[in-house]
Amino acid sequence: MIKRSFLGLVKPRFEYNLAPDPVQDVPLPKTVTLLLKAGQNGGGATALKVGDPVKTGQKLASSPDSAEYVISSVTGSVSAMAPYVDAYGRQCTAITIQASGQDDWDDGFDKAPTLDTALKFFEYAPGNPSFKAFADPEKTIRTIVVNGMEQDLLLTVNQCVVQNEAADIKSGVEALKKMTGVDRILMTVPENLVQPATTTGAEVKTVRGTYPEGLPHMIMKDVVGQVVSADDTLADAGVVFVSAEAVAAIGAAFNAGQLPVTKVLTVAGKDGSTRNVRTRIGTPLGDVLQACNVTLTERDRLILGGPMRGIATYSEDLPVEPGTDGVVVQDDVDSAQATDYPCINCGECVRICPVRIPVNMLVRLLEARLYEDAAAIYDLHCCVECGLCSYVCISRIPIFQYIKLGKYELSLIETAEAANE
Amino acid sequence: MSSQQKLVVAHAPYWHDGSKISTKNYHVIIAALPAVLMGISQYGTPALGVIAFAMACAVIWELVWNLVLGKSMSIGDGSAVVTGLLLGMLMPATAPWWVIVLGTFIAIIVGKQIFGGIGFNPLNPPLLALAMLVISFKGVFDFDEALRHYDLGFIMTYPLADLKAFGPAAIEKFSLGDLFMGRQAGAIGSTFGLGLIVGGLYLILRGYVRWEISLSFLAGVFITALLFNLSDSAKYAGPLFHLFTGYTLIAAFFLVPEDSSSPANFIPMLIFGVLAGVMTVLIRNIGAYVDGVPFSILLMNLANPLLDKIRPKAIGKVVENA
Repeated sequence: MIKRSFLGLVKPRFEYNLAPDPVQDVPLPKTVTLLLKAGQNGGGATALKVGDPVKTGQKLASSPDSAEYVISSVTGSVSAMAPYVDAYGRQCTAITIQASGQDDWDDGFDKAPTLDTALKFFEYAPGNPSFKAFADPEKTIRTIVVNGMEQDLLLTVNQCVVQNEAADIKSGVEALKKMTGVDRILMTVPENLVQPATTTGAEVKTVRGTYPEGLPHMIMKDVVGQVVSADDTLADAGVVFVSAEAVAAIGAAFNAGQLPVTKVLTVAGKDGSTRNVRTRIGTPLGDVLQACNVTLTERDRLILGGPMRGIATYSEDLPVEPGTDGVVVQDDVDSAQATDYPCINCGECVRICPVRIPVNMLVRLLEARLYEDAAAIYDLHCCVECGLCSYVCISRIPIFQYIKLGKYELSLIETAEAANE
Repeated sequence: MSSQQKLVVAHAPYWHDGSKISTKNYHVIIAALPAVLMGISQYGTPALGVIAFAMACAVIWELVWNLVLGKSMSIGDGSAVVTGLLLGMLMPATAPWWVIVLGTFIAIIVGKQIFGGIGFNPLNPPLLALAMLVISFKGVFDFDEALRHYDLGFIMTYPLADLKAFGPAAIEKFSLGDLFMGRQAGAIGSTFGLGLIVGGLYLILRGYVRWEISLSFLAGVFITALLFNLSDSAKYAGPLFHLFTGYTLIAAFFLVPEDSSSPANFIPMLIFGVLAGVMTVLIRNIGAYVDGVPFSILLMNLANPLLDKIRPKAIGKVVENA
């Protein structure tokens, strides 16, 4: 953990981890768990039952046309199906598959490079790409940004992929062009990866190695040169972000004719050491930690993602998901402890905020649950969710949590209003 | 299935820079030590008594408030200690005990706790107490009168009082070097200019005090005093005299940049500091009071919420034009 420097006058600077570790393989897990999100109508995976045989690369969904699906990453049989609610309250079905140890590939993958293929097979690719914006007639997507930067400190997943799998990214970029019809494909990488990135055929842009420059909104502002307004999504602005890992996985899928079933992730131990591993999607976190010789003890934190924006989870039986870029294990004594102390208006958060939000005022309104005023007056929706305000808060207010809560509550209000209309 | 450990779940971020309110307040106390020790070495045990009693009283008032209202204990954050220390530094060594009891009551209870405690005070607590005491008990804060039994080997009249009563001719006897080195009559912790500047620079470098406010306050005092002096040097003292006398330096580094009653954005901080400096000299030169520091800063504290509305547009903010 980076502590306050002796000369507190200088703003703390966070460098991304720019030295990717080599990738090692995790042994094939005995079981995998895939979290199938409930569809619009809340239907579970009725098409599947315990005991059903599944093949590697087989698409599992509640119905063949369902927008939500998972791709089995092993061959075996379904051993359990249970309801699961994720950290943000979304209903899922946890499908546990007992692996047979052999890979028998499913041949359902349709290699036609169309948008339909992307929607039907690649939404569960590692890196969680989303192609829904291309199918939305109200949105005109002009640019795809292949992001070779990480979404958090410590992680090196995308950099690893750019470094080692530039050829797959090249195929992926071509496939993306065909599938989406978008010609302008940018690729954002740190300075030291420009060399492999230029071989991919995308337009290469460099991003500074300081956090949070790798976040999509910051890249939009600094690299694309287009500020996304607080009311719009990235897709509204005509841009879709896809992680470099996802593009490489798509490229490899077209080359090999097999759907991607593995995920690269960075594992950071208590001593801050990092290593990269490749594992099947759905592998229990405990298996990954075991392969990295990281042991958990009572009261540790097990964080999915990175130290600034990740989600702490409660069990090592939970699986690696397509969006899990990292697993950080943190000792209780090292973790930040939030307090309920009031803001003393020191202004550290105001000075560190990358988008110049008056956080000192914002947090007062959020504490008082005045979410609508917080959005209207103090720029709640401008927040890019980097977590730096909480990091520097001398009162140790969980500012980032308040911000996420505020956005969540507002989204509930908006959903309710839309339902009433 | 692997053995289950009980894990702690919390929200991001999981890293913190390790800063704490108590650490900050202890650093403020350390930074104030040079000036305080100088005062104690000059005035002896009575000065030590005033400082120690003020700190103790401030903590006790906070404790009483915590107990009476059944709130969680807040004396550990060091805020009450700092308030007591600063109020003690603003008092003459001869201040009677009941003035200290009353002053710390005003600072802690009236100035801070009735607004909701730390972070909610609209005014600077020690300054509010000082202002009310100066208005109520003129004699206690008449330094000429209060320190008449002391002879410390330098001129024992209060420079600002001489200036007010007799004009710049009366202050020619003070050398700037003496004033800067604390060889002047005044409050316990506010006469040793060098010590206050060293302490202040320490706080600024460690990031505990916003340099924008401190420096703009000093600039405001300097420029206004200079303009007065240029317009009529027979009537108004020079800028350096104003910087090194009265409460100017302790205010610049310990009182004006108090967190909750000062702005957090860059331009408001500059306006806040400069205007507080301007008001200070205005009161000293043409106002009724000998030293304008408590009143000028309290006045600017009131303008703080309005000033802090001047802020940069957040990136991505949608401006709705009527």
